Amino acid sequence: MDQFIIEKIKQVKKGDQSAFADVVSFYQDKIYQHCLRMLGNAHEAEDMAQEAFIRAYVNIHSFDDRRKFSTWLYRIATNLTIDRIRKRKPDYYLDAEIRGTEGLDMYSQLASEERLPGEQVESLELQRYIHHEISQLPVKYRSIIMLRYLEEFSLQEISDILDIPLGTVKTRIHRGREALRKRLRHV
Amino acid sequence: MKCNKESVELMHKYLDGDLCKEEEIQLRTHLETCEACQHHFHELKRTITLIKSAEHFAAPNDFTQKVMDRLPTEKKRVTYKRWFKTHPVLTAAAIFFVLMMTGMFASWSEDGQLVVSKQEELVIQGDTVIVPEGVTVPGDVLVKNGKLLIKGTIDGNVTLVNGKLISDDETLNGDGLMASAGGVNGELETVDQMFEWMWYQLKSFFSGVFSF
Ligand SMILES: [Zn+2]
Repeated sequence: MDQFIIEKIKQVKKGDQSAFADVVSFYQDKIYQHCLRMLGNAHEAEDMAQEAFIRAYVNIHSFDDRRKFSTWLYRIATNLTIDRIRKRKPDYYLDAEIRGTEGLDMYSQLASEERLPGEQVESLELQRYIHHEISQLPVKYRSIIMLRYLEEFSLQEISDILDIPLGTVKTRIHRGREALRKRLRHV
Repeated sequence: MKCNKESVELMHKYLDGDLCKEEEIQLRTHLETCEACQHHFHELKRTITLIKSAEHFAAPNDFTQKVMDRLPTEKKRVTYKRWFKTHPVLTAAAIFFVLMMTGMFASWSEDGQLVVSKQEELVIQGDTVIVPEGVTVPGDVLVKNGKLLIKGTIDGNVTLVNGKLISDDETLNGDGLMASAGGVNGELETVDQMFEWMWYQLKSFFSGVFSF
């Protein structure tokens, strides 16, 4: 699949805009999900994920082909979401929290309407609970935990994406794991 | 070994694949005798398994289309390129005609020479053309067979033929998010192939014709 993306990026660099649609389709779920987990709000996540792809397109000539495209793309998306979180007004947190909960309720309703077998509902609830617990972590731990265990980047790649030293990544992932261990020990 | 500091530190190093042989033996020996640490270690590993099973989300259905709709408009060059590809004979004829008219063969074959548009604000060092800091260069800039370093501003379009746009901190910021052409108040176009060079000639020829 890497070769497919490399090929498409070449075409985009040559000015073929339509080739970019394949790049977006390939990464859309990953990037949208990453933004959603960072921001905790579906509307904002869609907005930022779109913005990330647009920035990638506009700056495609500054992407070095010898590097991994996904790392570069996640860097753009992560910076955008962190920026967005910083710009939030203090009272927005509460607002986002409520909206996030509304979203969950809606999902729960959809799930129960589908009448899944008992075990599956239970595991979906668990998945949702874990998502919620991760979203409660401070951004600097959350971003690293997500990139490591949900997007499966190496610690070195995470250091590149977030533009922070490897040592800092390690300290933060330790703290993030400890925080989640306490939150999830009763599951 | 202190349970809450040293051994937990080793557990995390283990989870990051950073334990050396000696530390691994140290941790294992401790775990064999300390129930509290065994429990802690088990919880940590279980936490990772749980994190990985967090709920997944898919992008909305029309996501790609929405992104494509919001992209800046495609340069006409590419649209024409597609047309060229589907009409090769007409294209060849048109290009030949333009070549005859403009004497472009000559201008292409003077290869290797640095060619720069005539603006006195531009500074030339070896094969690098520099727009100095704090300086605004009026009009379109053309650089052929050389590099362009923009520290100031170009008030017009930039065309690079067989050239490269370089930035001061290129090694540090090789995959930086900002295009280094931040100081261009127009379009930046890189032409590095014969075909595109022809197209560039074609375009300037026609715009020349229409401006008469
Ligand atoms: Zn112990």
